[in-house]
Amino acid sequence: MKRNSLALTLSATALYLFLYAPIAVVIVYSFNAARFGATWTGFTTKWYSTLLHNSLALHAAENTLWLGVFSTVISTVLGTLLGFGMSRYEFPGKEVFGKLLYVPVFVPDIVLAVSLLLFYSIIRSWLGLLELGLTTMILAHVTFQIPFVAIVVRARLVGLDPSLEEAARDLGANEWQAFRHVILPLILPGVMAGGMLAFTLSLDDFVVSFFTSGPGSTTLPILIYSSVKRGITPDINALSTLIILASVLATIVVAILQRIKTSTRNHIK
Amino acid sequence: MPVQSESLTSQTTPPIETAIEARGLVRQFGTVKALDNVSVTIRKGEFFSLLGPSGCGKTTLLRIIAGLDMPDAGTLIISGTDAEEIPAHKRPVNTVFQSYALFPHMSVWENVAFGLRMKKVPAAQITERVERSMALVQISELKARRPGQLSGGQKQRVALARALVNEPAVLLLDEPLGALDLKLRKQLQVELHHLQRRLGITFIYVTHDQEEALVMSDRIAVMNAGKIEQLDNAEEIYERPNTRFVAQFLGSCNLIEGAVTSVNGKNFSIRSTLGSLRVVLPPATPDTAIARARLKIDGKVTVAIRPEKIRLAKKDELAFENCFAAKIDDLVYSGAETQYRLRAGEHILSSVALNAKAGDTHFAIGKNVLCYLPESSLVLLDD
Amino acid sequence: MIDPSPTLPRKPEVRFGQQLSRGGHWRRSALFSGPAVIWLALLLLVPLLIVTGISFLTRGEYGGIEWHFTFDSYKRLAGFGDLGFDALYPVILLRSLALGGATAALSLLAAAPLAFYIARVSDTMKNVALTLVVIPFWTNLLIRTYAWQIILSPESWVTQAVHGLGIGVAGEPLYPGTLAVLIGMVCDFLPFMVLPLYASVEKIDWSLAEAAADLGANRVQVFRHALLPQIIPGLVAGVILVFLPATGQFVIPDLLGGAKTAMLGNVIQQQFASSRDWPFGSAISFVALVLVMAGLWIYLRRGA
Repeated sequence: MKRNSLALTLSATALYLFLYAPIAVVIVYSFNAARFGATWTGFTTKWYSTLLHNSLALHAAENTLWLGVFSTVISTVLGTLLGFGMSRYEFPGKEVFGKLLYVPVFVPDIVLAVSLLLFYSIIRSWLGLLELGLTTMILAHVTFQIPFVAIVVRARLVGLDPSLEEAARDLGANEWQAFRHVILPLILPGVMAGGMLAFTLSLDDFVVSFFTSGPGSTTLPILIYSSVKRGITPDINALSTLIILASVLATIVVAILQRIKTSTRNHIK
Repeated sequence: MPVQSESLTSQTTPPIETAIEARGLVRQFGTVKALDNVSVTIRKGEFFSLLGPSGCGKTTLLRIIAGLDMPDAGTLIISGTDAEEIPAHKRPVNTVFQSYALFPHMSVWENVAFGLRMKKVPAAQITERVERSMALVQISELKARRPGQLSGGQKQRVALARALVNEPAVLLLDEPLGALDLKLRKQLQVELHHLQRRLGITFIYVTHDQEEALVMSDRIAVMNAGKIEQLDNAEEIYERPNTRFVAQFLGSCNLIEGAVTSVNGKNFSIRSTLGSLRVVLPPATPDTAIARARLKIDGKVTVAIRPEKIRLAKKDELAFENCFAAKIDDLVYSGAETQYRLRAGEHILSSVALNAKAGDTHFAIGKNVLCYLPESSLVLLDD
Repeated sequence: MIDPSPTLPRKPEVRFGQQLSRGGHWRRSALFSGPAVIWLALLLLVPLLIVTGISFLTRGEYGGIEWHFTFDSYKRLAGFGDLGFDALYPVILLRSLALGGATAALSLLAAAPLAFYIARVSDTMKNVALTLVVIPFWTNLLIRTYAWQIILSPESWVTQAVHGLGIGVAGEPLYPGTLAVLIGMVCDFLPFMVLPLYASVEKIDWSLAEAAADLGANRVQVFRHALLPQIIPGLVAGVILVFLPATGQFVIPDLLGGAKTAMLGNVIQQQFASSRDWPFGSAISFVALVLVMAGLWIYLRRGA
């Protein structure tokens, strides 16, 4: 293997600094005593206590969490079944559908958002259903989460010996038992990875939420956006810091979990 | 074909109980016919082998019996019941897969118990039957291990225990020894054979290894291109192959073509490029009917003879019927026996002689010899 | 978790997934795939078809739509509005493509050293180095974007240092502006470029480079002929993964740019928020959609 030259190490360091500059700035400024502007006037933790008394932020946090949990549960179940179904059974147009599955992955958020906005308003004018709110947001989030889950799960299934399922059937398991007792435990890491991805996508999403939310269903990203538009208040930096912290922790936990899994596998070998 | 032969011969003896009966099975994958109108009857308690090259349809037939694949046409009867509507998990058959297909997330014990758990057998009974089944194949001490921690031979035993614990009417084995080394394979062949005798369960054994099939089976069905070429016991299959394919797939065989010159009750003669040959007629069975039907004067026929059946003698010894002058083209000495390549006229024959006594003179390359093709060792083929 | 027993080649005649009778097969297929397929048909396909349909209708007097078929929205997008030629929208379209392209190019320039760096550190460090790239990727884009407002604000020392060095247009702030948008985009999308590129770099067969050098190739020639062909797959994947979302971005130009940096996403948002011109907003969305499908087609063809 080649060693890294000094120039390469320096440029890599600079790029890491570039990647982390915005994150660092938000964290640092959450402790800035100044109420307005970017000037540093002293250290304080008061914005965190302000945040605890900010009912808007707390309500938004609650909405975000519910939205994330509900949409992730639905999309993980549907996406896993789809990933399994597509890898095992035929249906007309499956090949085309498999490619179309990538459309929500690539389509700009804003296009997905306005298409759902139009869809909801047409349904509303015809049937009087689907008032904008948490329900419409959940429906929207599940729509962009399903493909991610299905793609991740399908990738996991590709590496699975198909005779395992046959063996289960041969030993007396019906279709569902074979899935429940053999396939599901084996693809569980993939399902969990897909679910984590879906949950993160939901927490991060601003654009789709923004267009499909109604009064009272404000989420944290929407709250941050509107605060930014009005002029950043320091407690938003505190809020963002907490969100960043949660993401960092989640990423590290996932990374460690994956490491553990690989090391046990190597041990068995 | 072979089915009818059963019904003919079993008329006097008490009826043989049938484990599996297939009638006219057809399975097509795209343009390839994996099974082309296959009919076969497998008796209860026999060790039955499906032998053939890869792609001959033997695994497809096994999967159809297991319910893991569906025939496009034909009927399958398992233990007297039409199996068409019985899904895989309700059939009284279990499979030992080629790749073992052990569940990697379960211990050996859990793997073996899986089938009983799925059938909701009471826990106490599960424990007892699992222990018994593991003891049967000598893996009791491995019960806490994961499949990833087992050797190939151990996995094979676990797969066997996992299938046998369900007490199937028929055990299907799909090249179960294919991934093991030669020594272990030989050992397990013997064990499997004994196990089958002891349990009395019908075994259907898929293999492409002719020796394996000959060693273990009560009866062998030789398959080629989606058809059963011949179905018989090991000795008949080897000694009296019906077709060119069977003759050459099992060991090597010399084929001689010729035209019939005379036919009488017990034997017939042909004129070949080798010379005139007298051949003993095969016993009259439907299997040999096709060949017999072609025994008309001047009809073209092919006869086969195994290399070890050809006898060699020094040139000056007396010549009589079915004896031909030949020249030793090449020889390979391999200890117990010597293989010769003979040139007799434009024919190349291969012959094997056992070196029965120490210092047995084998013939040198380039020497002229006499080769004798015993009339009872010559076999008339279908084509 | 994967059984490490030797994998045996599967026989050509044994195809998995056909083991059931025709009826049972479809029933199970519908049971597993059906719910998600129906969901996506209803909440993805139908809405996108509605967008396509509405883009050919006429705007109602007070927002909304009138059932009158027309190409007006597309004409307007191409610059031929009611009041003669107006370059506004073609310019925005081109600007979106240009900014997307510039983001992809700059990300590639930045990702290359990072990918090579990660590929060459020790195995334990590799995990850390990769996780460090992934963390921003999992962190909220909105937060990472508005942070640049602070960094690039007139009173920040970064801005003062930049002005001190005489970079940028004198008197014009860094933020809001095209440069700020570009910085925000590269920062946000860099992980999308680093990860696929790293995957390719990791697999490079360095002996080819040594062989090329041995045969007298200079450094540029070694890179051009021995290394570049090996990383092309990761490069193409990365460029598409950055270019497509960058071109359709709405948040970054919205927060870091101004009227002069409006992109497709901003115009779509305008049509649905303030202007209430659904057909025109739909037409732009449709164009963006077609763009994505073209990119997707390249992406999947490359994979096949």
